[in-house]
Amino acid sequence: MRTAQALLVVMWAGVTAYALFGGADFGAGFWDLVAGGPERGSAQRNLIEHAIGPVWEANHVWLIFVLVMLWTGFPEAFAAIASSLYVPLTLVAVGVILRGAGFAFRKAVSGVPLQRLFGATFASSSVITPFFLGSVAGAVASGRVPAGVARAHPIGSFVNPTSLLGGGLAVAVCAYLAAVYLTADARRAGDAGLVEAFRRRALASGAVAGGLVLGGIAVLHADSPALFSGLTGRGRPLVVLSALAGLVSLGAVWRRRFVPARLAAATAVTAVLWGWAAAQYPYLLQGELTIRQSAADPVALRAVLLSLAVGAAVVVPALAWLLAVAQREPERR
Amino acid sequence: MPDLVAARSQMALSLGWHIVLACYGVGFPLIVVLAEWRAQRTGDPAYAALARAWARALGVLFAVGAVSGTILSFELGILWPRFMGRFGEVVGLPFAMEGIAFFVEAIFVGLYLYGWERLSPRAHLLSGVPIVVAGVASAWFVVTANAWMNQPTGFRLDAAGRVVDPDPWAALTNRAMPVQTTHMILAALMVAGFGVAAVYAAGWLRGRRDRYHRLGFLLPFTLAAVVTPVQIGVGDWAARFLAQRQPVKFASLEGLQRTERGAPLTVGGLYYGGGVHFGVRVPRALSVLAHHDPDALVHGLEEVPPGDRPPVGIVRNAFQVMVGLGFGLLALGAWFAVAWRRRREAPASPWFHRAAVAAGFAAPLALEAGWVVTEVGRQPWIAWKVMRVSDAVTTAPHIRIGLYGLVAVYALLTWGTVFVLRRLAAGAPQEQSEG
Repeated sequence: MRTAQALLVVMWAGVTAYALFGGADFGAGFWDLVAGGPERGSAQRNLIEHAIGPVWEANHVWLIFVLVMLWTGFPEAFAAIASSLYVPLTLVAVGVILRGAGFAFRKAVSGVPLQRLFGATFASSSVITPFFLGSVAGAVASGRVPAGVARAHPIGSFVNPTSLLGGGLAVAVCAYLAAVYLTADARRAGDAGLVEAFRRRALASGAVAGGLVLGGIAVLHADSPALFSGLTGRGRPLVVLSALAGLVSLGAVWRRRFVPARLAAATAVTAVLWGWAAAQYPYLLQGELTIRQSAADPVALRAVLLSLAVGAAVVVPALAWLLAVAQREPERR
Repeated sequence: MPDLVAARSQMALSLGWHIVLACYGVGFPLIVVLAEWRAQRTGDPAYAALARAWARALGVLFAVGAVSGTILSFELGILWPRFMGRFGEVVGLPFAMEGIAFFVEAIFVGLYLYGWERLSPRAHLLSGVPIVVAGVASAWFVVTANAWMNQPTGFRLDAAGRVVDPDPWAALTNRAMPVQTTHMILAALMVAGFGVAAVYAAGWLRGRRDRYHRLGFLLPFTLAAVVTPVQIGVGDWAARFLAQRQPVKFASLEGLQRTERGAPLTVGGLYYGGGVHFGVRVPRALSVLAHHDPDALVHGLEEVPPGDRPPVGIVRNAFQVMVGLGFGLLALGAWFAVAWRRRREAPASPWFHRAAVAAGFAAPLALEAGWVVTEVGRQPWIAWKVMRVSDAVTTAPHIRIGLYGLVAVYALLTWGTVFVLRRLAAGAPQEQSEG
């Protein structure tokens, strides 16, 4: 049981990393989508391309990491979630394909019409993908995934108030994270106009995300009583921390202190994810399947944890190097 | 269309598409790094320009390969939840390791592609090496998981069919692992090598015969041509492995009905109506293939009930295609080797270069055929003799709608990838003058 919890913590750390890094890449795609016509939006799009180009593939691997942890550590939960939520998950997969391919294609071609075509593919799928990931999270959190194979309603499981809230919140939070990150990137690039543009976008998306959270309280109260009582019970300290960090982050953006704003925004997202986990504990599938019931044999769990420990010794320094180099300005020719 | 057929078609489409891109993800980095290494060692600007141009193409191929691989993780659960729910804890370990290897690969691809102006030349070259290592490692891990499906081990089943005593390390070191992973990694080098060389063979035919195009052909082609005979040897190892460990799959390579000594192999022809027609029958050849002994006993399909046999026609014809193309590629490499020994140059014949263009398509075709042999040859089992595909498929309704949607997505993706790569290839010579 302790091994299972350890693996779950590692997996949830992967979810958090995906939300913070992969989420910001999706959010960057959102801002790419609404950056305006080819001329007006080109400065923003260049900044976005430079910010996410070197890192998006590495950030994307967190999603695969989470899936693999889930099916190795909690095979029955993986089978239940994937088979029940096959419609939104297929849409997520298609979104992942179009987002990555569109981004890589846009970078490789020249000429406005082609760049617009591939750019629009990249940007629109950057909105669709987190929306459906959020709706999947909403479906799991609201207890709409029964244990077993494909026992949920194929549509109702992800078209419901909590899933819609989850999807909307995912898009808004991704957009907010990206805007906050991009303000700091724009400042480092020395472009005051872009700093202001993304500051305004951060404030707007932060306000939308905050509004969704406030409205979400009523939605969860009505639609997901178990989740609601978990969030206000065991999860309360983390939920409160998330709300405070969100406010601090918005305040820091307002006062143009972008690095603290980044940290506070990341804290808010992290706290809400761990608050959700605490609210659901000890259930993986609300009311249906506990951690203990779905955990793989300790031998299997230990094998995965061991290989992760070895892998982390390579991945962590390499990832730190990549993130450092990506922040460097090109020098040598 | 029944849902089982739809699910299998969707998996075949996604995997069959990804496997070609994955080959470029494994083989192409080696080619790019070799070119950059030559550029730094010799100071040859043609190598430097090639490394730059290839890195750009690699960026596109790697991105498309990464996202087309992601959907497979989803599909394992969406389409085969009863398989993953039961065996995830047994076979998850190689997937976890593959995830780590892929992480390393993605990190260093980011460093390599964006590091030209941000890293010292030496650091940049070195940042390419982990891409090669991690690419090969991730191929090794993921094919290890597939090998487990052919030789499932590392668990017991209780009376209710639930897994007890899972041993993921035993699953990782299953019997099919050594030969299957080797066969796949060499195939990846061949697909990438012949594929990249084909671009420059086509350039040669259009009269582009400068140093840039010459080296662009020689480097990847030499790599692939050197690997080909090794691959044929490994193919022989794979066949003998099947004869011993998966005799039903082996029998379906020829469509051998009865268990017999001195079994023949038919070259060419078509399999239908329970036998091969119009082929050239080589007496005892199947026994030689199976055990390197013309009188060896070969097990026929009759040893298992009809419901446990794979669709022989598909397996047998795919095997012929794979072997035929493999020997064709071997002959092409031999032609090259003879010319190279004589005058340190590729054959001057346009037919050689036409064949080299064809090889760029023949290698992935052989790859797909080989994939069909191993996957269809395992039918009706998803995990050989342990779980049937029909017991693994999801019970969710309307699976085929997802298939139709994905057919459209993959059509677009194929168009986009080919279009963008052609654009890059057309733009490459200008790159040389800039560099």
